[in-house]
Amino acid sequence: MPPLGSLVALHNVTFCYPGRKHPILDKVDFTLHEKQRVGLIGPNGCGKTSLFHIIMGLLRPQTGTVFFKDTQLNRKKDFKILHEKVGLLFQDADDQLFSPTVLEDVAFGPLNLGASPAEARERACQTLQELGLSKLEQRITHQLSGGEKKMVSLATVMVMQPDALLLDEPSNNLDMGTRARLIEILNELDLAILIISHDWSLLADTCEDIYAIDKGKVTQSDKAYLHDHRHAHPYGEQPHRHRNRIKLTSDQKKEER
Amino acid sequence: MTFEKFSQGESLLHRTDTRVKLVSAISLTLVIALCQSFYTSLAGLTVGLLLLTFSRLNLRFVFWRLMLVNSFIAFLWITLPLTYPGDALCVVGPVTLSKQGVALAALISIKANAIILFFITLLATSTVVDLGHGLESLRLPKKLCLILLFSYRYIFVVHQEYHRLLRAAKLRCFKPRTNLHTYRTYAYLFGMTLVKSWNRAERVGQAMMLRGFHGRFYSLEEKTVTKVDVIFLIIMISAAIGFAYIELMK
Repeated sequence: MPPLGSLVALHNVTFCYPGRKHPILDKVDFTLHEKQRVGLIGPNGCGKTSLFHIIMGLLRPQTGTVFFKDTQLNRKKDFKILHEKVGLLFQDADDQLFSPTVLEDVAFGPLNLGASPAEARERACQTLQELGLSKLEQRITHQLSGGEKKMVSLATVMVMQPDALLLDEPSNNLDMGTRARLIEILNELDLAILIISHDWSLLADTCEDIYAIDKGKVTQSDKAYLHDHRHAHPYGEQPHRHRNRIKLTSDQKKEER
Repeated sequence: MTFEKFSQGESLLHRTDTRVKLVSAISLTLVIALCQSFYTSLAGLTVGLLLLTFSRLNLRFVFWRLMLVNSFIAFLWITLPLTYPGDALCVVGPVTLSKQGVALAALISIKANAIILFFITLLATSTVVDLGHGLESLRLPKKLCLILLFSYRYIFVVHQEYHRLLRAAKLRCFKPRTNLHTYRTYAYLFGMTLVKSWNRAERVGQAMMLRGFHGRFYSLEEKTVTKVDVIFLIIMISAAIGFAYIELMK
């Protein structure tokens, strides 16, 4: 059994794609607590997206179980309660946007959950406003820019008022401005967040804990290491600061001084 | 490929309820498709043109759309006067043009254009999604309506995927020629398009399921039939009955 009181938990999960010798996830235990913010890193093809799909019930593991608020989810039906409370942001925003207009797409979820059209419209408008996307309401979804698509698909998930958000490489192909806006929004959200990303600094800016997946195992990399950092970018000669949200232990702070 | 070119607008026809337009289009089309007299079909064409002025569509686009249909009808003008038995209209060397053949080709042209005008003005002024919802509320089987809505989405997706691949091929200096390399490349392109759209469709399906989709589309617009809609429906049905009357009284 996973620890009690968790929001989402995987227990002893093994998953192997058909025709592959080694399981992509090997007896994995993983817990996400309420309001916990976790980053997941790992090489391409190491099973990060599969882990998300297992949590959401899109893939069924060969062994092991998925728990949502201490309830074991066994059948497809059981996952419906999880779908209402856990939102998944797909890697490719195009997969998520299929309604003709932005407003209709954002209202799709609430309508499915039984909201009346007026109520769904109001919730959709409010979510778009909160994300600063009100201007896009009547735009045709497939004509949006990449960044706009990403933000709108975040809105389609946020409108369901989830307890947890799973984000699959959210900062891929985003320009600096949109990326900064995304980080700002994520930091304002008061819910559990699980982010897959290769973008180290995004994870450092948004997450408390960072886990690594490699060779079928999930391990926590909980310690922050001080290291020299050299980088270059345009306007680098201007005095500026880079955000650093990783908490250092008192020893490390002393060391820094 | 452009979709729903005519669906955006503010005209009377754009605002009319989709169900009303569906019923009008079905009744008008049915009568005109079955009629055999010039009077009826000309009356139909007149109503079609009237609807066109009401719809305030871009006439250039409508013209080209009609040309597309008429390019198929052109074949009838080539074959019918030469092959249809009847009185000779004129004789050019060994070729005889039949009077009845020309008449038949003219009748078909008028009927076809009238029907296309009905479709453009009454159906194309709604979005496909609205048409799907409209058909559903007219008690058409739910599954057929879903198939309509989904094929519409996927046609678009498939088209986009195909063009992305074709562009990639062209950027690598692919020039279609009459040779095996071209055939093979196109076969790969089609095959890959199929695979990619299949995968994409699966992911779209997953995304929909995660947001609570369970086999029914809900519309954000709450549709109510207004007085104007009822009057419009009465006028259109009367027109259809009028056509039938002309046809039977000829």
